[in-house]
Amino acid sequence: MRRDIFQAIADPTRRAIIALIALQAMTPNAIAENFNTTRQAVSKHLRILTECDLVKQEYQGREIYYSLEIEKMKEIDKWLSQFRKIWETRFDQLDKVLSTIKKQKK
Amino acid sequence: MNSTLQFDFSVDRTTNSIFVNRDFAAGLSKVWDAFTKQEILDQWWAPKPWISRTKHMDFTAGGRRFYAMVSPEGQEFWSLQKYTSVSPTTNFKYQDAFADKDENINEAMPRSDWDLSFSERNGTTSVSIVIKLKTLADLEQLIQMGFKEGFTMTLNYLDQLLKP
Repeated sequence: MRRDIFQAIADPTRRAIIALIALQAMTPNAIAENFNTTRQAVSKHLRILTECDLVKQEYQGREIYYSLEIEKMKEIDKWLSQFRKIWETRFDQLDKVLSTIKKQKK
Repeated sequence: MNSTLQFDFSVDRTTNSIFVNRDFAAGLSKVWDAFTKQEILDQWWAPKPWISRTKHMDFTAGGRRFYAMVSPEGQEFWSLQKYTSVSPTTNFKYQDAFADKDENINEAMPRSDWDLSFSERNGTTSVSIVIKLKTLADLEQLIQMGFKEGFTMTLNYLDQLLKP
């Protein structure tokens, strides 16, 4: 099942994990140290993030390091900018309506 | 068009809120009317070539606006806005929900809380909108209500208008 990128970031712990590994690649143990939850809970969040392609794994010796997929995060921004454009269009239309009202009043 | 007028759009992912701020070159009462009178609202609320069609609107606290966004093919997407607070001409709030054509709220679709503030300075009116959702996933669902397509068409329409 391909997971939804927005469900991935809907969870506060997952957002905190994203913020952590945005700075540097980290092992699951190092990530878990930052949270008041079990190592298993953190692993589950990492699995969901991996399934969304939001994070990538890299093996260094026997350790797995998790880091952020910057390109995937950009998708979210791209999508948000579409929402922004709807508002721009809407407001440009309102500008026209307002200037028409002004002219009518004169 | 109005490149000198302020426009801000931002998202706070920790509170699932969207902030939209925009200035308009018109007085407060005119801008207030444009947001709160159905005959003006329907002229600009839908990005062209979509149409906003208000069936009924009672702009009072406790009142509601029932309206449809109509696609160029004539498909209707109904929404119900319940006004929770109205303070003329500075602020109003409502809860937004999707509905069917008989005004039954669609519980499966995301709801959002809207808070709109208005203020005037030197003939320019600033509008600040805060849209609060339960999750960011809800936000995605909002845009999937056909707006993506509608927006692409809006751009095409703009292109036509701007052609010499």
